[in-house]
Amino acid sequence: MQNTANVPRRGGSVLTDPKLRALIFQLLAIAAVVGLGWYLFDNTQTNLEQRGITSGFAFLNNTAGFGIAQHLIDYTQTDSYGRVFFVGLLNTLLVSVIGIVLATIIGFLLGVARLSPNWLVRQLATLYIETFRNIPPLLQILFWYFAVMLSLPGPRQSLGVLDSFYLNSRGLYMPSPGLSETFGLFFAALLLAVVASVFLGRWARKRRETTGQPFPVLVSVLALLLVIPGAAVLIAGNPLVWTVPELSGFNFAGGWVLIPELIALTLALSIYTAAFIAEIVRAGIQSVSHGQTEAAHSLGLPAGKTLRLVIIPQALRVIIPPLTSQYLNLAKNSSLAAGIGYPDMVSLFAGTVLNQTGQAIEVIAITMSVYLAISISISLFMNWYNGRIALIER
Amino acid sequence: MQTHTFKPDMPPPKQAIGVLAWLRENLFSGLFNSLLTLFALYLLWLIVPPLINWAIINADWVGTTRADCTSEGACWVFIQQRFGQFMYGFYPSELRWRVDLTVILAIVGAAPLFIDAMPRKARYGIAFLVVYPLLAYWLLHGGFLGLDLVPTSQWGGLTLTLVIAAVGIAGALPLGIMLALGRRSDMPAIRVICVTFIEFWRGVPLITVLFMSSVMLPLFLPEGMNFDKLVRALIGVILFQSAYVAEVVRGGLQAIPKGQYEAAAAMGLGYWRMMGLVILPQALKMVIPGIVNTFIALFKDTSLVIIIGLFDLLNSIKQATTDPAWLGMATEGYVFAALVFWIFCFGMSRYSMHLERKLDTGHKR
Repeated sequence: MQNTANVPRRGGSVLTDPKLRALIFQLLAIAAVVGLGWYLFDNTQTNLEQRGITSGFAFLNNTAGFGIAQHLIDYTQTDSYGRVFFVGLLNTLLVSVIGIVLATIIGFLLGVARLSPNWLVRQLATLYIETFRNIPPLLQILFWYFAVMLSLPGPRQSLGVLDSFYLNSRGLYMPSPGLSETFGLFFAALLLAVVASVFLGRWARKRRETTGQPFPVLVSVLALLLVIPGAAVLIAGNPLVWTVPELSGFNFAGGWVLIPELIALTLALSIYTAAFIAEIVRAGIQSVSHGQTEAAHSLGLPAGKTLRLVIIPQALRVIIPPLTSQYLNLAKNSSLAAGIGYPDMVSLFAGTVLNQTGQAIEVIAITMSVYLAISISISLFMNWYNGRIALIER
Repeated sequence: MQTHTFKPDMPPPKQAIGVLAWLRENLFSGLFNSLLTLFALYLLWLIVPPLINWAIINADWVGTTRADCTSEGACWVFIQQRFGQFMYGFYPSELRWRVDLTVILAIVGAAPLFIDAMPRKARYGIAFLVVYPLLAYWLLHGGFLGLDLVPTSQWGGLTLTLVIAAVGIAGALPLGIMLALGRRSDMPAIRVICVTFIEFWRGVPLITVLFMSSVMLPLFLPEGMNFDKLVRALIGVILFQSAYVAEVVRGGLQAIPKGQYEAAAAMGLGYWRMMGLVILPQALKMVIPGIVNTFIALFKDTSLVIIIGLFDLLNSIKQATTDPAWLGMATEGYVFAALVFWIFCFGMSRYSMHLERKLDTGHKR
């Protein structure tokens, strides 16, 4: 910012030369950082020696010896800490992905509702947003877990829907699909439909570009995806076998179960983040000036196409950057799982493993790098997407 | 000559005025809209009456023990009985006047800053910012000048929440401004250091920072040098928050037109005087709403100290709900906590919006 740097100097001390001063200043700053780092490192070495802790990542191969309530990969107590790491990582990713999807859906609906011509709907959306974004996410998680999930009735008095979904204090039980022997045929049919859709899409675009004639791509693709696999099901029978949970003894057996910690965490995070996303969506839609709508109408575009081809692409450009930071926030907030004992990265690794091994530095470093990696990958992906939809100016 | 006399205006058509027209326009303007209205009304009917029944009509308001909660609804007796603990934590009850006095002094001391006509506001503000923290430390912590010592392990409840939030922002603001200046600096080494620092703290969740400050900080420091738990948490919060403040301030710095920098340099101002007298006053004024929003986020984040075992408002309530004498009060406790947090955060967000309108002095077209 200083424009004095290039001015030739006449007389005066060398010490007043901006270039030299900048150099000295930077050297001092680097020395300070290195010195501080060395000081901390030295202290840590001394402290570790005194406490008899050997540093290094060898502990990752030791046997963990504790059970985990939810693991997406096979896990037993005899597995190593290294495997615990992957269990925790996958659980964190699971919550983040479900949370992001749910929060986006709720947030977009609310954002549109905030702009609804219907007064009541508008007020309700505002009420939702102002309520949930002003309450700490940890408090919401604790509320859903302790006040809602844990006070549900026990397995014997479960709330059941359609005799296949059961909600009780131990979680949500639901049917799980298994592959039957006709699944191969169904899968082949599905593949065929997808390939056909891709070719149809290409052909339609080429035809539109050469002749200007539109082709109803969406409807025909939907039809393809429905008819071909549907025919396979009709010919060969059901490709999936559903295992329905059934009450046996004091608990349910069979099917999938979502543990209450997972439900509380995803609900709280998506409800909290949705409030922020709604505001972002509202601001994005409002940023497209009304003239755009009028121009689209005067070109003869119907309402649906106006929205799809004119309004949304322009609104997305405003929405994407802040939306990215909300996704990042959600992924980072998923670490609040430690508050209710959901076995995520932080509570498993920085909690249990740290207490068992005492390898504070390695464990915290691993945990932090995981979050840094997640943050960087989400922002890289969103930057790429943002670059793709960004306005290409002259 | 015939003069034209105006006839009195006709009343507007019935369909365009009054309650009915408003209803027609806002709630029943089409089939889809009418269905939406009915659906919203149905939702309200599902939620509101049970909520009012639970929270007000069927609730218990008076009593001293759990046995007094006989009705179906909420048991506010629990909140009444534990109110002191929620506000002050384990602060000795005969010394709680000191907390009250600290809060009253903050309000009385800061009030002149919100009066527009106040003369020498900046000087008063700086004096307040210097004197008040010392006074607050003396009142809350004590141990010298005739006040008994109250160790920080006894602090708790809303008091602790407010202390963490206030110290957090007071520490994060100067550090954040320095980081933002460093990030915009011409010197590559400084820039790299600042960017690394900011991006690191913004990339990790606060909870891991708190974990780090509670388990790793003791390892980093030389033997015998030991901080108290609250100070360790505060260091973590300040470092974390300063990165967010830095990004907000950077937004302000970027919005200052280049001519301002050039004009300041042409006046012969050095770097610090250019920043202090020309750039920062404009940039900070522009980002005050953003800083208030950061503060709201910080205030909500203070609840995370539960993880390292400090008894802030949320943790006091969580502990109280596990008390065997008051089992099953989780809903009441968390609703109360939510209400307190909501009042603070909503108040601040309204204030930030008010500031945004007030400070909008023509930077936007």
